[in-house]
Amino acid sequence: MVTDVLVIGGGPAGMSSALSAGENGSKVLLVERDETLGGILNQCIHNGFGLHYFGEELTGPEFAHRFRKMVEREKNITVLTSALVTKLGENTATILCKNGVKEVKFKACVLSVGCKEKTAGNISLNGTRPMGILTAGTAQKMVNIDGKMVGKDVVILGSGDIGLIMARRLTLEGAKVHMVLEINSTSSGLKRNILQCLNDFNIPLLYNSTIFEVVGENRVEGVFYGQVDEKFNKIESTRKFLKCDAVILSVGLTPDLQLLPNIEKSKTSGLVVNEHYESEMPSIFTCGNALHVHDLVDNVALEGKEVGRYASLYAQGKLESGKTIKVLHSADFAYALPQTLFEGEGEVELKFRLKNKIVRKWIKVKSEGVEVGKRFVLAGVPGEMMTVKFSKNGVKNSVTLEVE
Amino acid sequence: MEKIELTCIMCPLGCQLVVSKDKNAITVTGNNCQRGEIFGKEEVTCPMRMVTSSVKTSKGVKACRTTKPVPKSMVFDVMKEIEKLRLKSVKFGEVVIKNVLNTGADIVITAND
Repeated sequence: MVTDVLVIGGGPAGMSSALSAGENGSKVLLVERDETLGGILNQCIHNGFGLHYFGEELTGPEFAHRFRKMVEREKNITVLTSALVTKLGENTATILCKNGVKEVKFKACVLSVGCKEKTAGNISLNGTRPMGILTAGTAQKMVNIDGKMVGKDVVILGSGDIGLIMARRLTLEGAKVHMVLEINSTSSGLKRNILQCLNDFNIPLLYNSTIFEVVGENRVEGVFYGQVDEKFNKIESTRKFLKCDAVILSVGLTPDLQLLPNIEKSKTSGLVVNEHYESEMPSIFTCGNALHVHDLVDNVALEGKEVGRYASLYAQGKLESGKTIKVLHSADFAYALPQTLFEGEGEVELKFRLKNKIVRKWIKVKSEGVEVGKRFVLAGVPGEMMTVKFSKNGVKNSVTLEVE
Repeated sequence: MEKIELTCIMCPLGCQLVVSKDKNAITVTGNNCQRGEIFGKEEVTCPMRMVTSSVKTSKGVKACRTTKPVPKSMVFDVMKEIEKLRLKSVKFGEVVIKNVLNTGADIVITAND
């Protein structure tokens, strides 16, 4: 098989980049391992998607449905579902699909494989490993797709958004969600989710707290939990027991790059990219949660659209680069990307996350001490991916992001 | 006078609101803008919520939602109505309950068929 652009992963990032590459005139092969396109959206049955992209509030499956219809209408796109890319090289990929193993030659590739959840092993959760310990996403799939309940008495560890969403979902389905434990002193979840998923149902959110030990042989029988100090050491005097039959983990997401195990990762655990979202591996572009974990699918779709266009231009030999500008940031930021820009004209956008909450501050972009761009922030929190735009006319060598 | 503490969710600032309620008036303090006042008043008078769930069909469970928010106090009642359903097959966008419990909201299928 031969294609201009190979898109790996048919979630919102992949569908959006396939669409824009197709509209740009490239032949696209969109490969999805599941039976249908949509990715994680298919199991995110709650609302709150699409306000920025479509101007109305949709559920996950509805957001996916709209993109799926657009993909079906685009003649330049060939969709291959129930297909898994097992090997990725600079201009070839190996795909395992219903008809066996296929080799695909491509001119450009968009890696939009999304992210994976951290597991009990990843966080070294103490205690036994009986049935009933699930990541929030797995629990979400069981309840919303498979129609199966995960337990009657539930404890949620971590207050990420999927954990909060599942607290409400399991409560509505008749489970007793006893508490959400958060090891940090703040939640990375959206305020609206804390209000509508926990406060609405009087589910307590305990900060500076974690599970000390999971108890149970075949099935979860309970947890010992308690508080931690500022270095996350357990405070044994606060140790308590809670009887439960399920432990749901919502302890973070990380880009899923098992296809490229040996390539260097950035601070987001995604690939290092230039202004065109092209990785250090030529012809391999990346976007969506495979690059950095987003909080809004609308931003994923917008990023996919941009990156699909770049990949298409690259496949057509029309993508121009230039001398490199390094993107740096102060300690106020968790990360900023793209990691490099190209010298030249025009406006560029940097995406970043803050380390701590800021109120009434300026985000400034400086090049060799001179301010080249800025943005006022009324309130910024680590849970929200933010952007700043600036003109790169005349900028050389490096730019640095600062908070003032 | 009743006092309710709330975190405003209208923007990331997250103002800590105190909504005071008596017979004649509702007052909001702690807000930094007009939106906080509107949010605070609505939350203590008629909080509304969308309900998203899934219905049982012979082809497994299919996601659904209310077509508009319903009173928060009725969320569990709406859930019971959804749970009663046993359908054969459903299509994307199909209305499976009209005007559920007289809320004015329909239950509509959101899953792909």
